[in-house]
Amino acid sequence: MMTFIYQLINGLQVGSIYALVALGYSMVYGIIMLLNFAHGDVIMIGAYTIWISITAMGLHPVLAVLMAVVICTLLGMFIEKVAYTPLRKSPRISLLITAIGVSMLLQNLAQIVFGANAQTIPSIVTAPNITVGSMQVSVTAVITIVVSILSMLGLTFLVQKTKMGKAMRAVSEDTEAAQLMGIHVNHTISFTFAIGSALAGIGAALYCCAYPQATPTMGSMLGLKAFVAAVLGGIGSIPGAMIGGFVIGIAEALVKAAGLSVWADGVVFAILIVVLLFKPTGLLGRTMNEKV
Amino acid sequence: MKMRSFFKMAAAAVLSVSMLAGCSAPSESNNNSSDGTIKVGIMAPLTGDNAQYGIACRNGAKLYLDQYNEKGGVNGKKIEIVEYDEKGDATEAVNAFNLMVKDGVTAIVGDVTTTPTIAVAIEAADVNMPMITPSATAAEVTSYGNHMFRSCFIDPFQGSKMASYSYEKLGAKTAAIIYDTGNDYSKGLTEAFTSTAKELGLEVVATEGYAKADVDFKSQLTNIAAKNPDVLFCPDYYERIALIAQQAKDAGLNATFVGGDGWDGVLDVVSDTALVEGAYFCSGYSTDDTTPAVQQFLKDYQAAYNEMPNMFAAQAYDAAKILAAALEQAESKGLAVGSDEYKSAIIEAMDATDMDCVTGHITFDENNNPVKDAVIIKITDGKYTFDSKF
Repeated sequence: MMTFIYQLINGLQVGSIYALVALGYSMVYGIIMLLNFAHGDVIMIGAYTIWISITAMGLHPVLAVLMAVVICTLLGMFIEKVAYTPLRKSPRISLLITAIGVSMLLQNLAQIVFGANAQTIPSIVTAPNITVGSMQVSVTAVITIVVSILSMLGLTFLVQKTKMGKAMRAVSEDTEAAQLMGIHVNHTISFTFAIGSALAGIGAALYCCAYPQATPTMGSMLGLKAFVAAVLGGIGSIPGAMIGGFVIGIAEALVKAAGLSVWADGVVFAILIVVLLFKPTGLLGRTMNEKV
Repeated sequence: MKMRSFFKMAAAAVLSVSMLAGCSAPSESNNNSSDGTIKVGIMAPLTGDNAQYGIACRNGAKLYLDQYNEKGGVNGKKIEIVEYDEKGDATEAVNAFNLMVKDGVTAIVGDVTTTPTIAVAIEAADVNMPMITPSATAAEVTSYGNHMFRSCFIDPFQGSKMASYSYEKLGAKTAAIIYDTGNDYSKGLTEAFTSTAKELGLEVVATEGYAKADVDFKSQLTNIAAKNPDVLFCPDYYERIALIAQQAKDAGLNATFVGGDGWDGVLDVVSDTALVEGAYFCSGYSTDDTTPAVQQFLKDYQAAYNEMPNMFAAQAYDAAKILAAALEQAESKGLAVGSDEYKSAIIEAMDATDMDCVTGHITFDENNNPVKDAVIIKITDGKYTFDSKF
């Protein structure tokens, strides 16, 4: 029983990271119908930013994390401006292919600049495990879960209560109509990318706490799993992305705990197939009529 | 195939020449002993990608044979080294072998890396050429005939060493294993650890696997932590160990880490050396080894080559030593150098090897793999320290 609770915590920890990344996918898809496959690689850049900030620049880990968030945000906006904005009027498949291209570009760039070997990220959290009664819970897990829940609450507030959030929802609902109502669509889209990438930066920091290595390809599997989480929750839906992330994380932890670690990735992608077959809109997704 | 049949013809020719020679002049079988020398081949990649291993092996073997000659050689006969660069390539290695046979070589130290060693071992089986590789670790290498030996230990051997060490020296009663199910090195060590643990009565309370590209091991480590084992065996390479060590701490695991030689290098990649503090792993050789034989070897090697000998050099030195001792045995029987009986006598003597070498006391098992001590290295104060020979 105790072990089961630990496994749930493990699942929640990795699930929170998936959820943060899934939010980035979901928001971007919600607003411009693009599956931003470069999103996972933004996290990779975030991890390298933390690595450089701590090892080469000697920054305090907390500053390094802030640095990663800033760099990821700027990178996200930059990618949007350079790669996606010129294709706003093109068929969606062109955008999708461009996203894959950007992903490859970032991976190969990282490989050239940082090398193919894993770079070690110094410990960000060094505190000993917390003891609750007879249970020992790792600080990393607690921090990861708390930080992601706070980020999600912040995001929900931003989307539901602020003017910018209203604009985001409006653009996502109907871009042309939003424009007619005087909403600056380009700014709103940029802002969405910025927020999604900032969450990726936070995700990168949490990822590095748990798995302190940065590799050029670390973002691809993480990105794919987060994508599955986003689809499971209902792409475009913020609470859906969170639930999807947690479900995927827990499913993965339990499969591994059952001694079927080799099947863990398989189970995640099987979930994707099942969702696409039986409920393509996901758990909380709404059915959208194809816009003409 | 063509190469091989050509080689057989060449070998047959050499044999018939030696037989004819044997008829006419019993004291001189062929060009081997005519000048009072025994020809020993050293085959290694001296150029190309594997040159760093090859050069170390050549230097180690040559150092011993030179020392041996200085002491007077075998039965008054000097050992003549016939050296070929096989460039790390299987075809080149077979060519080099054929040239050695043509040169009248009696026994070979080599080859260095696994693939060319296997190619040569297959060819050498046809003429029963005694061979000892200092460094090819794949189990298959010695499976082509009794003529092929090695002075390095095979990978799985480390697993059984660490099981014995955990049980006998660390006083462990329970052990857990976490390993990569898609990696032969990791699997081999795990199987050997498990079977030795079973023989000894060391209880393996959990065996958890992970897939090749995994970075998350928390679920497996949580399962292991629930069993609270005395030792955790992690047979993998250092980058993965660094991730496992971090997550083992998060999972609240208190077991002592034990591992194989893949651990060497872990201190460079672990995010905090405290995570692996107190871990034990085994290796073939350590320059921190305080044994007199090792210290003498370090001194001699540095005097000869002006650099620190690595594991390859040490194992090649031992290979040459084992071979030279076997040559003495063959000589003592008064056989003609290079004859089939002479080669058989060398192989027989190598089979019966039982002596102290730089990398430990060596005997051979039925598969011609050495049974010898491993160097146990402990991580203390964030540094690798020589613990003991075991």
